[in-house]
Amino acid sequence: MGQISTSIAPPEPRVSAPVGVQRMNIVIVGHVDHGKSTVIGRLLADTHSLPEGKLEQVRAQCELNSRPFEYAFLLDALKDEQAQGITIDAARVFFKTESRPYLILDAPGHIEFLKNMITGAARAEAALLVIDAAEGVQENSRRHGYMMSLLGIRQLAVLVNKMDLVSWDQAVFDGIVREYGAFLDQVGIRPSAFIPVSGRGGDNIADRSQHLAWYRGPTVLEALDAFRSEPAPTDRPFRMPVQDVYKFTKQGDDRRIVAGTIESGTVRVGDHVIFYPSGKKSRVKSIEAFNRPAATRADAGHAVGFTLQEQIYITRGEVATLEPEPRPQVTTRLRVSLFWLGKQPMVKRKEYMLKLGTARVTARVEEILRVMDASTLGTTEQRSAIQRHDVAEAVLKLDRAIACDLAEDIASTSRFVIVDDFEIRGGGIVRETLPDRQTSVRDQVLLRNYKWEPSTVQPERRAEKYNQKAALILITGDSETDRKAVAKALEGKLFEDGKVVYFVGIGSVLYGIDADIERKPENRLEHMRRLAEVANLMLDAGMILIVTAAELTQDDLEVIKTAVQPDWIETIWAGDDITTDLAVDLQLPTGAVPEAVDQVKSHLQDKGIIFRPW
Amino acid sequence: MTAAATMDHLDQLENRSVHILREAYANFKNLGMLWSIGKDSTVLLWLARKAFFGHVPIPLIHIDTAFKIPEMIEYRDRLALEWNLTMIYGQNRQALDAKQTYPDGAIDRIACCKALKTDALKHTLSGEWPRYRLNHAKRVYEVDRNTEAFTGVIVGARADEEGSRSKERYFSPRNAQSHWDVGDQPPEFWNQFKTEFAPGTHLRIHPLLDWTELNIWEYIKRENIPTVSLYYNKGDGKRYRSLGCWPCTQPVESDARTVDEIILELQTGKFANIAERSGRAQDKAGGGGLEVLRRDGYM
Repeated sequence: MGQISTSIAPPEPRVSAPVGVQRMNIVIVGHVDHGKSTVIGRLLADTHSLPEGKLEQVRAQCELNSRPFEYAFLLDALKDEQAQGITIDAARVFFKTESRPYLILDAPGHIEFLKNMITGAARAEAALLVIDAAEGVQENSRRHGYMMSLLGIRQLAVLVNKMDLVSWDQAVFDGIVREYGAFLDQVGIRPSAFIPVSGRGGDNIADRSQHLAWYRGPTVLEALDAFRSEPAPTDRPFRMPVQDVYKFTKQGDDRRIVAGTIESGTVRVGDHVIFYPSGKKSRVKSIEAFNRPAATRADAGHAVGFTLQEQIYITRGEVATLEPEPRPQVTTRLRVSLFWLGKQPMVKRKEYMLKLGTARVTARVEEILRVMDASTLGTTEQRSAIQRHDVAEAVLKLDRAIACDLAEDIASTSRFVIVDDFEIRGGGIVRETLPDRQTSVRDQVLLRNYKWEPSTVQPERRAEKYNQKAALILITGDSETDRKAVAKALEGKLFEDGKVVYFVGIGSVLYGIDADIERKPENRLEHMRRLAEVANLMLDAGMILIVTAAELTQDDLEVIKTAVQPDWIETIWAGDDITTDLAVDLQLPTGAVPEAVDQVKSHLQDKGIIFRPW
Repeated sequence: MTAAATMDHLDQLENRSVHILREAYANFKNLGMLWSIGKDSTVLLWLARKAFFGHVPIPLIHIDTAFKIPEMIEYRDRLALEWNLTMIYGQNRQALDAKQTYPDGAIDRIACCKALKTDALKHTLSGEWPRYRLNHAKRVYEVDRNTEAFTGVIVGARADEEGSRSKERYFSPRNAQSHWDVGDQPPEFWNQFKTEFAPGTHLRIHPLLDWTELNIWEYIKRENIPTVSLYYNKGDGKRYRSLGCWPCTQPVESDARTVDEIILELQTGKFANIAERSGRAQDKAGGGGLEVLRRDGYM
C-alpha cells in the first residue's frame, strides 16, 4: 500500500453515523500510568477507527525494536512523547460508534500537565475517568474529579482499569466504587457508571468481558453512547457578551452590527435589549447574517449579530440581556472558587487581569477565604497565597464593574480566567457578588441609563465631525502642584487646535451643583457622583473635558468610572510624588507648563483621543 | 421546535470558528490570515465573510513558492477581486533567484519547504522581506509600504491532518523566532484564549482545529463555496486531494467529479481510511518531518 500516515487521527471510518448527528467531545482523564492511552488505543482498534495499516505499522515497529506491542503506542504520535513515555498534551482523537462520531481529548495524568488536562476537559461534554484497580484512588483522581466539577462537566463514567491485575476481583472494584463514589458526591457529580475494564485485554471496552460476568452495567462504548449532548441553554435568560460593534462604512455598508456568541437564551427582532454593566437599552431591529436567509430569532450557541433601533454607544465587554428577563449581577467584588496554574503563587496586592465573557478588567485578591486540599477536600489553615495547582475560595476586587452571573444561575457567564504576565494562570467561577462602595451610585446610574433618551446623532458622527474622541481628563496632584495652570494651558492649546474642549475646576462644581450638600468627608461620594454626572453629559456631547481636583483617590476614580464610560477617562498626576493610591495613566514631573502640555497632548495622541497630524 | 435543537455538527463547527475569528479580530491590531488557496483556508476565508457579515477586514497572506500550480494563482486573484480582499503575497526571492530549491536539484524536499515556505512565511510576517499587495484599481501587485510585523496570524490547520497539529491550541504562541514550544503550551478553556503576548512574539490562531476533511467538504457543499478545480477529476481519473507545489504534490486516482462525489468517496470509498496528506512527499521524509518543520514555524 505504501500509504503510511503520521496521523493519529484517522479519516472518517467505514461505519457511518447517521447523518446530522452531532459529534460529542469526551475527555479522558486519570492519574499517570492508570492506563488511559491503552483504553483509547483499544477504543480506536475495536471500533475500526484506525487508518488502514496503522495497527500493522505500529506492531511492525515494536517488533523492529524488540518491544512488546501495546495499544497505547497507537497514540504516541509525537516523537518526544515516545521518548518520555508520557502524554504531553491534550491530544485529539476522532472515532465513531454506530450511533455517533466522537472526539476524544486525551488529557495527561501527570500533575505537571494539569493545565493541559483542563484545556482538554473544558472542551468536553462528558468525561471518562480512569482509575487503576491495583493502585486505587490517588490524590490526582480526586483532583481531576474536583476539576471536572469546577469546569462544569456533569456527565462522567469511571473506568476501573487493569482488572486483570487484581484477578477480576469484584471486592476490589466495589471498594473503589464506594470510596470514589462518596468523593464525587461531595463535589456534586453523579457518575453515570463505574465500569470494571482491562484496556490491555479489551475487556468491557467495546465487548463484554467473560472475566467480569458479575458485572451487569454498560461497556465503555455503551456508556459513551448513553451520554447525552447537552443542549445549548435556550431555557435560561438571554446573555450575549458583546465581542464587537462592526461598521464597515468604507465598504459601503451602513449597518452597525452588535456581534457576539449567545451563551444562553433566545433573542428576537423587536426585543428590548439592555446592555450591562452600563444599563443602556435599545430594541433589536434586525438579526444579520451572511449567505443565509434573514432570521427573526437567534438562540444559544450561535455566533450572531444584530442591529439596534435606537443607536447607543456600547463596546466590547458589555453583556446583552433582555427585558424583562432576570438581569445579571453588576459589581466590582466577587466571591469565587478558582484553581491556580501559575508557577508563581497568586498573592494579595498584586495586579492581575480578569477575563469574563468579553470583559477584561484589572483584579486584585482582596481576601483568600480558604484553600482546599484536593486530596481530602478538607480546608487548610489561613493562607496568604494560592499555590500552583491549588483550588481556593477568594474575594476578588475589580477596578471597574463587570456584568456576570452566579455559577448556579448561568454557568457560562459565571466563568472567568486570570491572566498574569501574558498567560492564563488560573480560572474560576463566580459564587456570589458582594456589595462595593459604588453600589448606590451604580443603581442610580443604571436607572439613568435606562431612562436615557438617545439622540438621533450617533456618537461616531460627533467624533467624526469634531475630529476627536470624547474624553474626561482628570488632572490631579498634591495640593502644592499647579495643576490648574497645566489644565488651563491644555484647554487653550486644544481649543486653538480646533478641538471641542472645556475646563472645569472642582470648585466650580462644589459651590454650584453641590451647593445643597455640606463639604465634609462623608459626602465625598456624592460630590464625585455629581461631578461624574456633569462629565457624562459633556462627554455625551462629544467634548474633551478637563477636570482638576486635589489628591483624587482610587475610590474617587471608581465612583467616577461608575457614571462615566471607564475607557473614556485618562488620569494624570501632576507632581513628582504620587501621594494617593490612584492608578495613574500619565505622571507629569514638576516643571514648566508648556512642556507638561506637550506631554499630555502626546499622551492623548497615543490614546487616539486626538490625532497626530500627518 | 427551537433553532438550537436543530444545530447540526456543521452549525457547531461554524459558530465556534466564527467566534474565534471575532476574538482574533477584536484582540489583534496587526492581524493577517494565511490563504494557501487550498480548500481549508478557503473555508476559513468564507467563515471570515460569515463572521464579518460579508466583509473580510483582515488582510490575506499567500506564501507563493513560485512552484504552485498556475491555476491556484488565477483562482486566488479572481476571488481577491470579486470578494474585495486585501491580498498580500510574499516569497523567498533570494532562494528562487539563486536556484537554491528542490526542483532546481540544489536541496532536498524538507530544506526546500523550509526555504520557500517557512523562511518566506517568517520574513513576510515580520515585514523584513517585501510584501506584494494587490492594487484593485490597477489589478496588479505592488510592494506594500506597510512593513509592520503581524502579531496574530490566522491559519487553517486542522487537528486531524497529522499528529503534530492535533496538539495545537486555538490561540497558539510562537516566540520571536517563530518557534513552537510543543511541551509547554498555555491552557485554553471556556472560550478564553491567549490574546496577550510579549513584545516580539506572535500568535497563530487556528479556527478550524476541530474540523475534519469530511467536514470541510460537507461545508463547501452546504455553502456552495467556490473551490479550485484541481480538486476534481476532469476525465483523466485523477484529482488532487491536497494542494501544494507541483514538484512535491501528486494527484490521487479518483473518479470524483463533484463535491458530492468527493464526500461519498471520503465516507465510503477508497479514501475512507487513507490519510489526506498521503500525496505530500515532505511528510514522509525522515521521521516526524512535519513536526520538525512546524516547530520551526511551518504552517
